[in-house]
Amino acid sequence: MPKNRVADLLAGRAPRSGHHPWPRYEIDAAGWDAVGQGLAAGVTLLGFWGDVGAVHAALMAPELGGPCIVSLAVRAGTFPSLGRHHPPAIRPERAICDLYGFVASDAPDARPWLDHGAWGLRAPLGSRTSAAPRDPVDYDFRPVHGHGLHQIPVGPVHAGIIEPGHFRFTANGETVARLEARLGYVHKGIDGLLTDCDLERAARIAARVSGDVTVAASFAFARAVEAALGAEVPARAQALRGVMAELERIANHLGDIGAICNDAAFALLHAHTGILRERVLAASDRAFGHRLMMDQIVPGGIARDLDGEGARAILATLDAIAPRFAEIVEEYDETPSLQDRTCTTGIVAPALVAAWGAGGHVGRASGRDFDARRDLPYSPYADMAFKIPVLAAGDVDARVRVRIAEIEVSMVLIRIWLDDLPGGPVRHALPQVAEAREGVAVTEAFRGDLLVWLRVAGARVARCHVRDASVFQWPLLEAAIEKNIVADFPLCNKSFNCSYSGHDL
Amino acid sequence: MRTLLLRTLFGAPATIAAPSAADLALTETGRALEERARKLFGRAITIREVDAGSCNGCELEVHALNNAVYDVERFGIRFAASPRHCDVLLVTGPVSHNMKVALERTYAATPAPKWVVAAGDCACGCGVFEGSYAVVGAVDKVIPVDLHIKGCPPRPIDLLRGLIALMEKATAGADTR
Repeated sequence: MPKNRVADLLAGRAPRSGHHPWPRYEIDAAGWDAVGQGLAAGVTLLGFWGDVGAVHAALMAPELGGPCIVSLAVRAGTFPSLGRHHPPAIRPERAICDLYGFVASDAPDARPWLDHGAWGLRAPLGSRTSAAPRDPVDYDFRPVHGHGLHQIPVGPVHAGIIEPGHFRFTANGETVARLEARLGYVHKGIDGLLTDCDLERAARIAARVSGDVTVAASFAFARAVEAALGAEVPARAQALRGVMAELERIANHLGDIGAICNDAAFALLHAHTGILRERVLAASDRAFGHRLMMDQIVPGGIARDLDGEGARAILATLDAIAPRFAEIVEEYDETPSLQDRTCTTGIVAPALVAAWGAGGHVGRASGRDFDARRDLPYSPYADMAFKIPVLAAGDVDARVRVRIAEIEVSMVLIRIWLDDLPGGPVRHALPQVAEAREGVAVTEAFRGDLLVWLRVAGARVARCHVRDASVFQWPLLEAAIEKNIVADFPLCNKSFNCSYSGHDL
Repeated sequence: MRTLLLRTLFGAPATIAAPSAADLALTETGRALEERARKLFGRAITIREVDAGSCNGCELEVHALNNAVYDVERFGIRFAASPRHCDVLLVTGPVSHNMKVALERTYAATPAPKWVVAAGDCACGCGVFEGSYAVVGAVDKVIPVDLHIKGCPPRPIDLLRGLIALMEKATAGADTR
């Protein structure tokens, strides 16, 4: 069995020292190929990124015990493609090629992805050679053949207040035959900025990978640093990190539920969820000094303590919004004209979310029972028992209902932590470690699992890669919209709510 | 639905109104904005938001302007889907190289007279993304900017205040043009 080949490959092998908490194995090209086959047979790809002279893949499978990272040294600028075995690896491979110049040999798709020909550079994190600019429009969309087909290009500048990306629809009348997304417009070179960067600045950059998951990204970044350095985090800070992460989840889910209803022309619920979201942000501001709680989670703890007034503001807000939210849910349940739009729209097959390892509401609405808070447990969730909603329908409605259930769970968790908040400090100094160490962490952001891997040396980040949940969700949007009508695209897109910035890095 | 709808219709508005101390700024801001907007544009100005490379934090707060609490439309300010229909481009993010052409074309597609607001620390100065091979930098490196609104991200109230300042600048400009 190919699955067992990965387990066999790694069994008895010594991981590289100084990498925490998961093992990292350096393997050869034959092993790498076995990994590709293992991915095709059900191992989950948690992340796939480049480094100086190497590529790394984070893997997860029950037979591997816990998650691990496998690394391959790149020889003569190439490495065997994982994408030819496992399609979810295709876009990361294209990104690695654009950024590092490493070519995935036998890759099924060799088109540039993040490189739109505008940097004046080829392989900015690799050979860094100068390159002539290309016309940004010059991109080979996959051809679609058939009678009566027409194309609708949308973006990069969209009609709403949203991030930029290009969607190329091929439609037959109203029905979408194929959607192909082209992303990379908001690529800011974050892997490059996080190369040899002092720790404080790196934390601020990690917090701005995608603004809507700023808490989750800072949380993962801090945990990765702490894992690498063996740092302790005070109990009070751990509980408050949980409070912030769940406030972020509630605020985003409220915004999404409203926006989905709005895209189905049911503005009333959008107006009401908008008010509730605003109250959550105002309480977050009062409690932590920033509406989005940006830069509040830092390596070693949190940036500022919560006072009694802040805690009361959060609890009072939860008390105030809980009954209002219940009414909104009831309204959603009792409006058939709204459900007519959301039910059976934008279905993603369970096999696809399993293959892509799609997390968050995208995965859980299509039967993938995974939540990093439970399955890759970390403080303050490790000792908590809480319900993780998993549905089977895989449509827009299921993604709405997963969010609804998660808001309810988040409110319970916040109350538990605030009712029994440990005393003491909220930040410890980081231990001084001279040699290079590596750390990895996954947090469950509102949209799904977010991975941060890094190498620290002294007080500096040598390398760091952030992988947002969107990376493995975007391709499934193309599957979700197939055979749906063009007019339902906003609904499908909002029900995913993938991050452009978090994907493009 | 009837219950929620009726209560929404006849209940107290969620929109922040007058005079508790903290809310005062918003009311003042709103009134001043209303006067200026009327003078210059009759009753309304229309904004097209362009994300030129933002982390999406600014988008969240620009969105909030439209919620029932800030309700920016009561001042005659609305967001349009097309640059052809707008008076103001509200640009966020450090301009990425990959968005530069799109931003230039959006600016070119906006009919004059037009104003550009750079919203957020990245749009104003490049923010934490300074020094990257992938970003051009602040918005005013690509298109002329009439007003900078700082913040990471700027709060909705700061965005509102900024729009007033723009009105003042635009009115002054209109007098002399």
